[in-house]
Amino acid sequence: MKIAVCIKQVVTREWQLRVNDAKTWIRDQDASFELNEPDAYALEEALRLKEKHGGEVVVCSAGPARAAQVIREAMARGADRAIHIESDALAAADAFAVADAIAAAIRDEQFDLVLTGLQSDDQGFGQVGVVLAQKLGMPHATIIMEVQVSPSSGSEPGSLRVKRELEGGWFQWMILPLPALLTIQSGINQLRYATLKGIMAAKKKEIRKVTPSSAPVDAPALRILGVHFPEKGKKTQMIAGSSAEAAKELIKRLREDARVI
Amino acid sequence: MVLVVAEQRGGKLNRATWEAIAAAQQAGGPVKVALLGSGLDAPAAELAAADVAEVIVVDSAALEEYTADGYVAALAGLVERESPALVFLAHTYQTRDFAPALAARLGRPLVTDVTAIKKQDAAITYTRPVFQGKLTAEIGASGPAPHFVTFQIGAFRADAAGRGAAPAPVRKADVTIDAGAIRQKPEAPFKEAKQSVDLSQAERIVAVGRGIKAQEHLKIAEQLAQALGAELAASRPICDAGWLPMDRQVGSSGQTVAPKLYLALGISGAIQHLVGMKGARTIVAINKDAEAPIFEIADFGIVGDLFEIVPAMIAELNK
Repeated sequence: MKIAVCIKQVVTREWQLRVNDAKTWIRDQDASFELNEPDAYALEEALRLKEKHGGEVVVCSAGPARAAQVIREAMARGADRAIHIESDALAAADAFAVADAIAAAIRDEQFDLVLTGLQSDDQGFGQVGVVLAQKLGMPHATIIMEVQVSPSSGSEPGSLRVKRELEGGWFQWMILPLPALLTIQSGINQLRYATLKGIMAAKKKEIRKVTPSSAPVDAPALRILGVHFPEKGKKTQMIAGSSAEAAKELIKRLREDARVI
Repeated sequence: MVLVVAEQRGGKLNRATWEAIAAAQQAGGPVKVALLGSGLDAPAAELAAADVAEVIVVDSAALEEYTADGYVAALAGLVERESPALVFLAHTYQTRDFAPALAARLGRPLVTDVTAIKKQDAAITYTRPVFQGKLTAEIGASGPAPHFVTFQIGAFRADAAGRGAAPAPVRKADVTIDAGAIRQKPEAPFKEAKQSVDLSQAERIVAVGRGIKAQEHLKIAEQLAQALGAELAASRPICDAGWLPMDRQVGSSGQTVAPKLYLALGISGAIQHLVGMKGARTIVAINKDAEAPIFEIADFGIVGDLFEIVPAMIAELNK
């Protein structure tokens, strides 16, 4: 099975966000970056499917030159090669622009299965995977917690049986024909980490660089007009002092003011 | 005209549909509601009570079970015929499954997870969280109408949806769907082996998030829960890691709780978690990051090291 995994480089959760001077995005020049968490689960799922059914895992990332960091990491974990659609503009582009760029870069490769994380930790639109499926003409299913593959045999085309997560603890199995696209939910599997051997091997693996073509001018587009830190909705009583003092004061207020203990 | 796409399963309306109707009414102008499925008399009558111009029913055996292909086909036809200025949906898992494909198929912009809209002349600005709620973004959309907008659960109040003086007319739309073209074949929805813990009944909950750092540190959270007479719960990453069973998870994919006291330890407060617990009467947040979104909804907050604060709380409670 030939599997593509779409991955995104995002700022680490620990990085203290700073807004740029124009107040239109973050000031990420001195940020630290990591692999978007749901994408890490998508990659792991692809590697497990390859181990079971054979084939190839190709990671695909649309972003600036620095995205090479997560591409190398994905190859160190076991991906066979990579496609890097290199563009500074794609770092904070909307889902349609990203999906267009990825579709153009992978269409000719005829993948059997395309996996993405269900959403990114930065913009979080949750759209790229499903829009990409539409652009590639593939059926899709989202928020997937288990993947079973029936490979093609003879004239029978292959198919998938996947477990979709619904809300409130409900699930649903769904069958769809290959080729298909799935968006993967965090927690579907246990992640592996790169070994030293994997890191060494990754250095020899191929990264195909692609330059995105510019989008048509009349394409639907979203534009970030501004970003700001959210206002507090509630009057939060912040309790200061040393840990011991704050703990004591909190217990007092929970007993006497809130009366919940 | 704003077209609201309702959501139902087995004839039962999703409550978030009323939130989308409330958002549409607040946006101004006529509102119509589209309802898809099979055998929809009861939910259609329920929706007709809303103060809307019309309820449009797309009734087809091919739509009895939800599929992305079925919904995209039906709604693409309906939207082209009704030509609304805006299409509003609740940002549910189901919407997330089909709305991006629908917008892409029609070549229309889609803004997801919106918490507020501002209208200025003809231009609309959409407010939505980015970076897991640590920042708020104002978004503009360009491209031909309609624009598709999905609203974060809880951003609008379902009970704010206006009711009409008389029931709105219900019209059956003439949309044919080729069942053979639907590529997804769904099986019946199910719940995992029954949950052993019903957190919805708990009076007090101590919940842990990523800030607990390691499984062996759960002990101090357990001790605090015991001292408070509370149940132990967690945000999704803790259950994903297998540190606590899935039935202890609070949030959109886990349980929804409304205890008297919800004490969040090292939980940053991603929206997927907040929707499951913001109904708690008193919310306490302890987190080392002063910018963590959990503090926006907390009644009491301490910015600090939970590994110092929690033992001090246990000592104080056991005095």
